[in-house]
Amino acid sequence: MKFSPTVECPIWESGADDLLKGARGVLGVSGMQHVEPANIAKVLREHRTNPARPFPVLYDLTAVDESQRRKRPDSDDHRFTLQYLLWAPERSETLLLKVPLKGDAPHVATATAVYMNANWYEREVFDMFGIRFDGHPNLRRILMPDWWKGHALRKDHPNRATEMPPLVITESDLGEYDNYDYVPTPGDSYMRTRGKNGGELLILNLGPNHPGTHGVLRVILTLNGEYMEDVCPDIGYHHRGAEKMAERQTFHTYIPYTDRVDYLAGTYNELPYVMACEQLAGIGVPPRAVMIRVMLGEIYRICNHLVWFGTLGHDVGAMTPVFYTFRERESLFKIVEMITGGRMHPNYLRIGGCSMDLPPGWQEPLKVFLKHFDKHLLEYKNLLLDNPIFKSRTKGVGKMPLSECWEWGVTGPNLRASGTDFDLRKRAPYCGYEQFDFEIPMASEGDCYARAVVRHAEMHESAKIIEQCLRLMPDGEVMSRDNRFAFPPRKSETMMDIEALINHFLAVGWGLNMPAGESFVMTEQPKGNSGYYVISDGRTSPYRLRIRTPSFAVMQTLPELCRGHLLSDLLAVIGAMDFVLADIDR
Amino acid sequence: MSEMIALAASAPPAVVYPLYLQAIIAIVKGAVLLFVLLTLAAYAVFAERRILAFMQGRVGPNRAGPFGFLQPLADVFKLLTKEEANPPFADKWLYYAAPAIITITSMLTFAVIPFGPSDWFIITDLNVGLLFFLALSSLGVYSIVLAGWSSNSKYAALGGLRATAQMISYELPMSLALVGVVLAAGTFSLREIVCAQSGLWFIVIQPVGFAVFLIAAVAESRRTPFDLPEAENEIVAGFHTEYSSMKFALFFLGEYVSIMLLSCIIAVVYLGGWHGPWLPPPLWMLIKVGALVFFFIWIRATFPRLRYDHLMELGWKWLLPLAIANVVITAALLLAFPKLVQGAGK
Repeated sequence: MKFSPTVECPIWESGADDLLKGARGVLGVSGMQHVEPANIAKVLREHRTNPARPFPVLYDLTAVDESQRRKRPDSDDHRFTLQYLLWAPERSETLLLKVPLKGDAPHVATATAVYMNANWYEREVFDMFGIRFDGHPNLRRILMPDWWKGHALRKDHPNRATEMPPLVITESDLGEYDNYDYVPTPGDSYMRTRGKNGGELLILNLGPNHPGTHGVLRVILTLNGEYMEDVCPDIGYHHRGAEKMAERQTFHTYIPYTDRVDYLAGTYNELPYVMACEQLAGIGVPPRAVMIRVMLGEIYRICNHLVWFGTLGHDVGAMTPVFYTFRERESLFKIVEMITGGRMHPNYLRIGGCSMDLPPGWQEPLKVFLKHFDKHLLEYKNLLLDNPIFKSRTKGVGKMPLSECWEWGVTGPNLRASGTDFDLRKRAPYCGYEQFDFEIPMASEGDCYARAVVRHAEMHESAKIIEQCLRLMPDGEVMSRDNRFAFPPRKSETMMDIEALINHFLAVGWGLNMPAGESFVMTEQPKGNSGYYVISDGRTSPYRLRIRTPSFAVMQTLPELCRGHLLSDLLAVIGAMDFVLADIDR
Repeated sequence: MSEMIALAASAPPAVVYPLYLQAIIAIVKGAVLLFVLLTLAAYAVFAERRILAFMQGRVGPNRAGPFGFLQPLADVFKLLTKEEANPPFADKWLYYAAPAIITITSMLTFAVIPFGPSDWFIITDLNVGLLFFLALSSLGVYSIVLAGWSSNSKYAALGGLRATAQMISYELPMSLALVGVVLAAGTFSLREIVCAQSGLWFIVIQPVGFAVFLIAAVAESRRTPFDLPEAENEIVAGFHTEYSSMKFALFFLGEYVSIMLLSCIIAVVYLGGWHGPWLPPPLWMLIKVGALVFFFIWIRATFPRLRYDHLMELGWKWLLPLAIANVVITAALLLAFPKLVQGAGK
């Protein structure tokens, strides 16, 4: 098992505190720097423009409420730590900037002038932690409704509904409405309603309940005729507090929750999470389990792209492709069900391996599937990709040049449609991807059609990887034998070895005794680059878990992609960008 | 039965009935036609659902009655008994009138469709039958526009606007395509147009006109790939977003009746109407109409939706010039070799 890039940055003296014995520091990032709040904008600009080691991408921006941390990484008694994660994809380097903030409602300068995509991330930090960003163009809540009181990811905010006081609605809360159904903020508060020549524009609320938005996404549009003058996605209707939930689940019982983040990606959500936990625990994974992870991951990549392909067709008005792709997806789900027992939410990976071995006879259905899959891919191509109407709907629509993709943190197939073959599976192989022979499909136009072509080709490459897994699958165990973190232990060990029995008992009854530290892993999910940042302070559940998702980054680009196009193009763009709402809102 | 039809076909009516009897005959024929038509429209819905399901690897409705044959009955019953929700913000009278307009206009046109050579298979042989069809099909668009306007809802308004843009893009080429046929047949009467095709179907001498008319007809029916006014993913349900229960059912009915109507018109004008060997004439007509309805369903299963501006482009930049060229060339050929074309037609 190889993680890269991995450089340890010890922040605690090992053994300095009894509590933090064996603390592991910050793992999985190439470097770390502490920055004073007053300097942050300057430091960010320096890193961005540094000629020797530039960091062109702001990968993630989040915060940690340190108030209940048993041992803070700095001796400082600050309340929050802002975490900027900078990324240099070409060098596979990540740089973590930590900014300690004092006081209950701190201010810090905005990063939007340096990195454009800091906009939504800063809104999220404001929404979740109440940290204000001076100079931000539009600092309002992003995930929670405008009337929400409190900041959800603060440690003093209730974790579950039963901890909250009863909900009381007063007359004044109702305002002009006569019942307490939630009424979203009116669309005209998001954007101007007058055109350039002073004429009134039509404001159209597309969603949250709309047949074309793939879920509870609300897009507010100002229309001039059918031309979109401005576009504003309003997200948060699918917000379930996945990051907050991690703080009350044990490391182990959080795995099923990761399935629900990008609910089309199945084990590929679990993968970065368990890899981060394994990195923190310092345990390895048997080779058979590694290959099972790759195989299932690629099966889910195909599943994801099949759903995406069908719905893209549906979005541009072709009703048939979705039934064809769901037919293949169904046969893949049957295989997944045979292996894991689940379909969309497999809950199969474990810290240290997989929950169970492959069932006897698992190769046959896969071989049958692979035998016919290329034929089906050709069918999809004939049905949709080669259709002149489909081409006219998607070519030249929603263009994004490569430089802007990096600017907005867009990753995955959307990035590769803009003229690069950047894929973590090749550039920074994890989970043994270096042993497989596969191509990275790319296109250069950067429009919706290019995105479709790239994903269509990716399905073929994933099938190639699955075929190699079938041939190369090693024998052996599927679970690490490090009984402190991986369970269940061998039957023979539980019966004979008191240590193994105690570890199992503790891990199941109480939770894993994860060493304190911070661990970061990024993987190439079907939708793009997803990163899990796990912070442990030596308890059985994560102190803080940050999920950086590809859909959030790509949804932020929607106004850029759509402005000036026709209303029909919005649906083509939405269909081609491949997101799920749970992955945006978490 | 077939003897009777053969008899009717062989003996054109020489008797002139008194006026009141003519009226009664017309009403009876109309009632029978309406009954047959509504049943066929309901089964066109059923056929569409089953054929689409077959093309998409699904089963389709198969629970009501043997093979699901009672499904149309269940659909109608459901639509009739649904609660009606009338938006309080709608412009009431126009809102009520809109679904009626489309149903009336598309059913009225059937008065001039000849299903066979005899007088018994046509309600009235209007000498401007083709113009009558064009006039009513243009009136039918008012239904869509008014529904979109009177609903007072943004999505419905967008649907209505799209319908207007669509109408002006395809009505001109559609009419001009028919001019070629009128020139060749020398008449506006639909029955005489069919009679003119006893030797050679007009699809052979008017291939370009046929293609233009076919595309325009799909646009007229507002179905994929021209279903812009009701594009589900974009504008929810377009012009009928605010309609429910029977008023929605009327739009639904109107759509399927107009598919049948357009299939009838194409069959009559280009595919030789009732002409065909061996089988009785009305059966030939039914077969041709059935094949065209299948074609409409097939298109829906295959194509994505065009974009608003692409549709306008298609209408103005391709169909209209083609239709005009078709008229000019047909007229020129008729002038140069009157015997040739007339001979082919008659």
